[in-house]
Amino acid sequence: MSISIQSIHKTFGSYTALDNISLEVPDGSLTALLGPSGSGKTTLLRIVAGLEFADPGSGRVLFHGEDVTDVQAGQRGVGFVFQHYALFKHMTVAENIAFGLTVLPSSKRPPKKDIDDRVNELLGLVKLDGLGKRRPHELSGGQRQRVALARALAIRPKVLLLDEPFGALDAQVRKDLRRWLRIFHDEIGLTTLFVTHDQEEALELADQVVVMANSRIEQVGPPQQVYDHPETPFVIRFLGNVNAIKDSRNPEAPIFVRPHDVSILFAAEADPATDRLARVQHLFAAGPVAKLSLRLDDGQFLDAELSRQQLDELGLDVGDPVAVRMQGASRFE
Amino acid sequence: MGKKRVIPGFGLSFGITVFWLGIIILIPLSALFIKAAGLGPGEWWKILTSARVLAAAKLTFGASAAAAAVSTVLGLLVAWVLVRYQFPGRRILDAIVDLPFALPTAVAGITLTSIYAPTGWIGKYLADMGIQGAYSPFGVFIALTFIGFPFVVRTVQPVMEDMGTELEEASAILGAGRWTTFRRVIFPVLIPALITGFTLAFARAIGEYGSVIFISGNLPMKTEILPLLIVAQLEQVKYEAAAVIASGMLLVSFFLLFLINLLQRRLNWQTR
Amino acid sequence: MANRSVTTESALVRWLLIGLAIVILTLFLLLPLAAVFIEAFRRGSEVFIKALTEDAALSAIKLTLLAAGISVPLNTVFGLAAAWLITKFRFKGRSFLLSLIDLPFAVSPVIAGLVFVLLFGARGWFGPWLRENDIQIIFAFPGIILATVFVTFPFVARELIPLMESQGSDQEEAAVTLGARGWQVFRHVTLPNIKWGLLYGVLLCNARAMGEFGAVSVVSGHIRGKTNTLPLHVEVLYNEYQFSAAFACAALLALLALLTLGLKSLVEHLSGHSAKGH
Repeated sequence: MSISIQSIHKTFGSYTALDNISLEVPDGSLTALLGPSGSGKTTLLRIVAGLEFADPGSGRVLFHGEDVTDVQAGQRGVGFVFQHYALFKHMTVAENIAFGLTVLPSSKRPPKKDIDDRVNELLGLVKLDGLGKRRPHELSGGQRQRVALARALAIRPKVLLLDEPFGALDAQVRKDLRRWLRIFHDEIGLTTLFVTHDQEEALELADQVVVMANSRIEQVGPPQQVYDHPETPFVIRFLGNVNAIKDSRNPEAPIFVRPHDVSILFAAEADPATDRLARVQHLFAAGPVAKLSLRLDDGQFLDAELSRQQLDELGLDVGDPVAVRMQGASRFE
Repeated sequence: MGKKRVIPGFGLSFGITVFWLGIIILIPLSALFIKAAGLGPGEWWKILTSARVLAAAKLTFGASAAAAAVSTVLGLLVAWVLVRYQFPGRRILDAIVDLPFALPTAVAGITLTSIYAPTGWIGKYLADMGIQGAYSPFGVFIALTFIGFPFVVRTVQPVMEDMGTELEEASAILGAGRWTTFRRVIFPVLIPALITGFTLAFARAIGEYGSVIFISGNLPMKTEILPLLIVAQLEQVKYEAAAVIASGMLLVSFFLLFLINLLQRRLNWQTR
Repeated sequence: MANRSVTTESALVRWLLIGLAIVILTLFLLLPLAAVFIEAFRRGSEVFIKALTEDAALSAIKLTLLAAGISVPLNTVFGLAAAWLITKFRFKGRSFLLSLIDLPFAVSPVIAGLVFVLLFGARGWFGPWLRENDIQIIFAFPGIILATVFVTFPFVARELIPLMESQGSDQEEAAVTLGARGWQVFRHVTLPNIKWGLLYGVLLCNARAMGEFGAVSVVSGHIRGKTNTLPLHVEVLYNEYQFSAAFACAALLALLALLTLGLKSLVEHLSGHSAKGH
């Protein structure tokens, strides 16, 4: 089911949290809301969930064309996974998962046996078979995360919303769970929107990345497009390391170039039209990629990355003069 | 202590603490039990099962339990309102909750008596309904509720403040209404704090003296509480009997506290 | 009510609960407080002033101040030592010690008085020896001090222990590595961090010390002008049906309670303020 967000505005007192946000989340997609803290991404997610409401009269939220702007959170049919899972500590895993079904009015509530079956099915789906009787504190972080997911799915939501789903996990568990979530999403095909501040996570996991900053959307697109064709200085800075080099042509707008797009040549081969002269300031060559810190002739610093093989061929050392060529550089004028 | 400690002052603070604890609390309390132990079990039994002691014990523990239970309900409501809602006068009300802690018990005693006496502000309405306020077991209950209810408010309040809203949001988004959310999500989280509050109010009520003796009327067999009975024994220079009643009272309240502690531990789901 | 936060109740329920809480607090707390002052002035301010300035009242006030003046500092020193011991060190018997500190909370004030009568009373353990040496503790000032110290024993420690526990020992350890000695660590590092909690504990301890009734009643002997503290004086007047005078003295004590609550709010405000100010 698609989500359509139309010119949403949200203020907290005098602070503008969302400034005229519009966004389409296609049916069945896995979309990441990516941005630094304070960019408004969590507020946007909470408005979609119905936990927060946009300023009166400011805009609308549609699920598959149906206006849900004024629908209460509990009636929207969204699954929401909280950053710290918000599991009910006094209930077992099974009771947590069943919660959304057991609170239905008795006319709509399925019989107990159906609820038990559904819980078991979900436990299997999130690979927690047999753990239904445990309490949340007896589970690992990754397991709790999956309980929260199962609980959200129990009500057969139309859309799934996740707030920093991997934020509270260790690096290794994070990687595993990320891969698992991607496969899981492909299997059940539920429209999913998740919030993250980790660009790597967003780029690896999502079909569509929404980069947010300062209460606005900076850019929307598939990961590769956003990475390769950033539309604003913010996007290029936020998605990975980048050099911002000022030149004489327009000192106001620096050119941006990623370290792996910097080519290094012998100083003698420099083409004055495209290349600039520099000296090797520092060199770090442990691992397959060598990282160089270069000092340009005008004193600016430039980071470059090249393969160990290239480095060996150049035979560089600290203090050596080189020529640098910046390919794929962007400038926002 | 063999281990070297980084922070200084272990010997000094240990010395002061143990010395002061010893001379003010431990030696005097052991004197009480030794004095009581001076009488044989037969004497103990005779004193503790005398009709007057049993009646006083029944009133003391019964009224204390009832007062602590009512305090728990009122305390929960007041804590909820103070934590959750903004309204004019909230801060003053919040400050005034501690009044029973700060108000000398004798002052509370004579004041509650004047209010709940058959001619008092509230007592006269109670009298119209045929309820005797002061000078009755009900009066004892009122005084003990006054004394006990801030304990519940002050133990529940911080737990409510720390609870955050995530759990409630999770519940709401899963379709639960407000009342269901309170019953199934919020209340269970508060249970341990409510038990603690109940226990504190109960323990305090059992020993309470100043606020009760004015309002109770002190009729032996009817409105006499255990602490008053101890004082009565002392005034008749029956030291042993006083010591036996006091020891029995302490043992029972320690035992009750221990039981409630046990229950609490079993109920404590809050392990993170 | 479409766009209402999911974590609050409807306005109707909200105001119903607020109203209920206000009624409870008013009937239960504000009404008695008002009653004290109304009863105190029922027969005019002259009676009120006379009740507080007669000799027995003045000597009761003096005795109350003196008793608090001695027992509060003693328990403050103890509270600091106990909190330091419990929070800065891990040792065998620590949790046992902690529950012993709380013990007086579970002991009836009457029993607190009784234990000292059993020790030092005419028929107590040390009774004969005290009489031979012409020392009087029970029905005299020292007994009042002992009883007051007993009932106010845990107040300062109870306030400081959770506070110091939550602050940890990092700053003290840092001070030690920088060469500070024992007393300096306490004065320059610990004390500034706990001053508001300490003040709060002292306030509560003082309020209880000045207002204690049961324990002091048992050991004092109610000798007018000699061993009556202000709360005991209230009782004596009340039992003599001098209600206005009793309530006049009670009003003074209630004022003390209000002052304590006011200072407590102020301390909370200031400590909250200083915490944010950093």
